Amino acid sequence: MKRGLILEIAKAMMLARGKQSVVAAVGVVFSISMFIALLGFMNGLNSLLDGLILNRTPHIRFYNEIKPKSKQPIELSKEFNGALHSIRSIKPSTSRLAIYNSESILDYLKKDPRVLGLCPKIATQVFFNVGTLDLTGVLNGIDWEQEVKLFAFQDYIVAGEVEQLDQLNTVVLGKGLAERMLAQVGDRIQITTAQGSQIQLKVVGIFQSGLGDFDNSNSYASLATVQKILGQSAAYVTDIQVKLHDLDQAPALAKEFAALFEVDADDIQTVNSQFETGSKVRTIISYAVGVTLLIVAGFGIYNILNMMIYEKLDSIAILKAIGFSPKDVNRIFISIALIIGLLGSTLGLLVGYLLSVLIDQIPFETDALPTITTYPIDYNPKFYLIGGVFGLLTTYLAGYFPAKKAASIDPVEIIRGK
Amino acid sequence: MVLEAKNISKIFYNSAPTQVLDRVSIQVKKGEFVSIMGKSGCGKSTLLYILSTMDTDYEGELWMDGALVTGKSPDYLSELRNKKIGFVFQFHYLLNEFSVLENVMIPALKLAAHTREEIEQRAMEKLRIFDMQDHAKKKPNQLSGGQKQRVSIARALINEPLLLMGDEPTGNLDQKNSALVFDKFKELCSSQNQTLLIVTHDQEFAKKTDRIIEMEDGKVLIP
Repeated sequence: MKRGLILEIAKAMMLARGKQSVVAAVGVVFSISMFIALLGFMNGLNSLLDGLILNRTPHIRFYNEIKPKSKQPIELSKEFNGALHSIRSIKPSTSRLAIYNSESILDYLKKDPRVLGLCPKIATQVFFNVGTLDLTGVLNGIDWEQEVKLFAFQDYIVAGEVEQLDQLNTVVLGKGLAERMLAQVGDRIQITTAQGSQIQLKVVGIFQSGLGDFDNSNSYASLATVQKILGQSAAYVTDIQVKLHDLDQAPALAKEFAALFEVDADDIQTVNSQFETGSKVRTIISYAVGVTLLIVAGFGIYNILNMMIYEKLDSIAILKAIGFSPKDVNRIFISIALIIGLLGSTLGLLVGYLLSVLIDQIPFETDALPTITTYPIDYNPKFYLIGGVFGLLTTYLAGYFPAKKAASIDPVEIIRGK
Repeated sequence: MVLEAKNISKIFYNSAPTQVLDRVSIQVKKGEFVSIMGKSGCGKSTLLYILSTMDTDYEGELWMDGALVTGKSPDYLSELRNKKIGFVFQFHYLLNEFSVLENVMIPALKLAAHTREEIEQRAMEKLRIFDMQDHAKKKPNQLSGGQKQRVSIARALINEPLLLMGDEPTGNLDQKNSALVFDKFKELCSSQNQTLLIVTHDQEFAKKTDRIIEMEDGKVLIP
């Protein structure tokens, strides 16, 4: 009953200053909708750009790096233990690029519950023969089914069919590479391996990753095809790419597995730390702009409430004279602020959503991003929650001081002052 | 004893300290129609606002309905005003955001002792006493000064207060409306045993009341 009365009075006071109240609410609507649209758009772009790299990057990559042994034979020798070793011009011995015992490593990883999936891979340098020219490039032997499953390989195929990689001696070329070779789907191309053997491959597809340099030099074939070209057995694999259930575990697991399998391991955080930094900065900027907008709207409400209090001094005095306590008067003005905040926030979230939907319709086509046709938007409910809570919080704070002032008005001063 | 003030003093500290009230002691009994008279600046309004519990900055003791009021919390005083005191001002002070009927209802809604329907009925009854029932749905700014004052008296009476106080309630009204308001006060006093305490500088008005408390320079001459 009492709360109803306070709300009734708050409502009446707002309606008496209808235009100002609407302006205050519109300020909140504007700032919250901008907050939502801005964050949705920024985060949509962020995840798009991150996805460009991160989707295609394994969480952990195992490989054998060719480098001098960290413990040279002389250090193992007891005779020279503790002595100063000075042997110059040490070179790495001929070691294999292939991962030793790859089959058992693959078996082991498949059984690990933390691992989402894995793709064995062979990367090898080849020459693409175009008439008298030789273009250097990379031929990747892949398990295309796993690549499609884990790294969205399908999304980047712009011509042909990836399924045809099942046939021996077929290849999917990077778009830039295909253009330089004037090769189309169905054509045959010739490559020369580093060992000197030549082989003809049928082009079954063209891919475009969005990274120009990558597309100018890379091509994909099945594992069996590459093993055959290199004259290696079916166990020959140079890379094992692992995708985890939880990306944040990558550094720890990379270390664990590297020690276990005695291979080199890179984790995604180390390799792509700059992407995360970029995303973080962009997110911080959009939050800062959004919160600033809300604070500006808060000042609008503060102003209007202050004006309302000056105009309603008589009413406040009379309310106090007929038995409204300072607390009641305080509640009346807090209620006004919160009503404006609640209406403004609700409408703002709605308008923000509509604005996001609108941005989502705007065409955005670029060669670098073959799968994207419109601007990306992130509809994360988190933003709506933060926007709503912040909207109410700022309006409450904006109402707090005027309400306090109204509560402390001395009715005698007003009534006798006339 | 409805109201008892014991040795109430108040000093204004503007440029130089001025003693506005000097050990004022008065008593008002149930059913009395008392007026406080005096020239302007004698401290009669100041006294009234202290008696109404709105002004708490004074020395001395104020008792109402047998309970000490001095030193109580603002919440307690608000409740007390709501329940036991009806106040009529020189200027009508109605809330322009609400209709005439709602204005009369608000103190009762605040008290929340009855349902809204009952309160509405009571408010209409009070308006009928002052012949204002036809204007119930109007906004206060559509009324004349005399009409507004009648509405504000109706509002002061809505919670059946122990004491009706007025600060020059007829001071801003013409002869006809003044007489009307006075007659209503007199009628309330005689028919419903309503206690009234009215500040006025109108000698004619004061003469017709049961008792006159005359003040001069912050002191009571005739208690």
